[in-house]
Amino acid sequence: MAVQLQTTAFDPGTVLTDFTAAQENAGAVVSFTGIVRNTDAGDLQAMEIEHYPAMTKTAIAAMIDTAKSRWALADAQVIHRHGRLVPGEVIMMVTTAARHRADAFAGAEFLMDYLKSRAPFWKKEITSNGAAWVEARDVDEQALARW
Amino acid sequence: MIDVVYFAWVRERIGLPREQIKTDAATVADLVAELCTREERYAAAFADITALRVAVDQELADFETPLAGVREVAFFPPMTGG
Repeated sequence: MAVQLQTTAFDPGTVLTDFTAAQENAGAVVSFTGIVRNTDAGDLQAMEIEHYPAMTKTAIAAMIDTAKSRWALADAQVIHRHGRLVPGEVIMMVTTAARHRADAFAGAEFLMDYLKSRAPFWKKEITSNGAAWVEARDVDEQALARW
Repeated sequence: MIDVVYFAWVRERIGLPREQIKTDAATVADLVAELCTREERYAAAFADITALRVAVDQELADFETPLAGVREVAFFPPMTGG
């Protein structure tokens, strides 16, 4: 399954091993794993991730299609969690495979940049001071311009 | 009738995740203007639409998108995935 959305935890090592084992025509696999980062003050109690169930999977599948049309990717997979997570937990993972590493790297970076700003997820940080929605960063929006 | 859905702080300001709206609004922007005249909570949520994003029938769109034949409109802040 190219796109997986879930509340449950997953093991990125197992995902990477299985993804790699499934490749028959690739010479390179690249993966990115995102984890819940604590605040600078270190007071993050939880991160709540909301998404748009009717749209999320289709939107990410479209990003994967675009990536496959632009780079010679043999395969690409996105796993993204939603719900309540605590610092240090794995949120998401992007994995790409290609015959050569340049395509695998570029495809993974493209997918990451688009997931940040175009996949319908919203993060809320719960700290000892209360709850606040994470604001989108200009740098993430600007990152799309290079593609 | 159009299903209107809200996410993140838009949902919190309006106070509900989804509602059905009977409207003759021609565009998304017209729908926003109509909602803002209803109650203060809508005006508060839509005070700065440059801070908002919209999806029409589950695809990202802009505020000038026509509503003819549309089933679902979603309003939300800029996304923070990844």
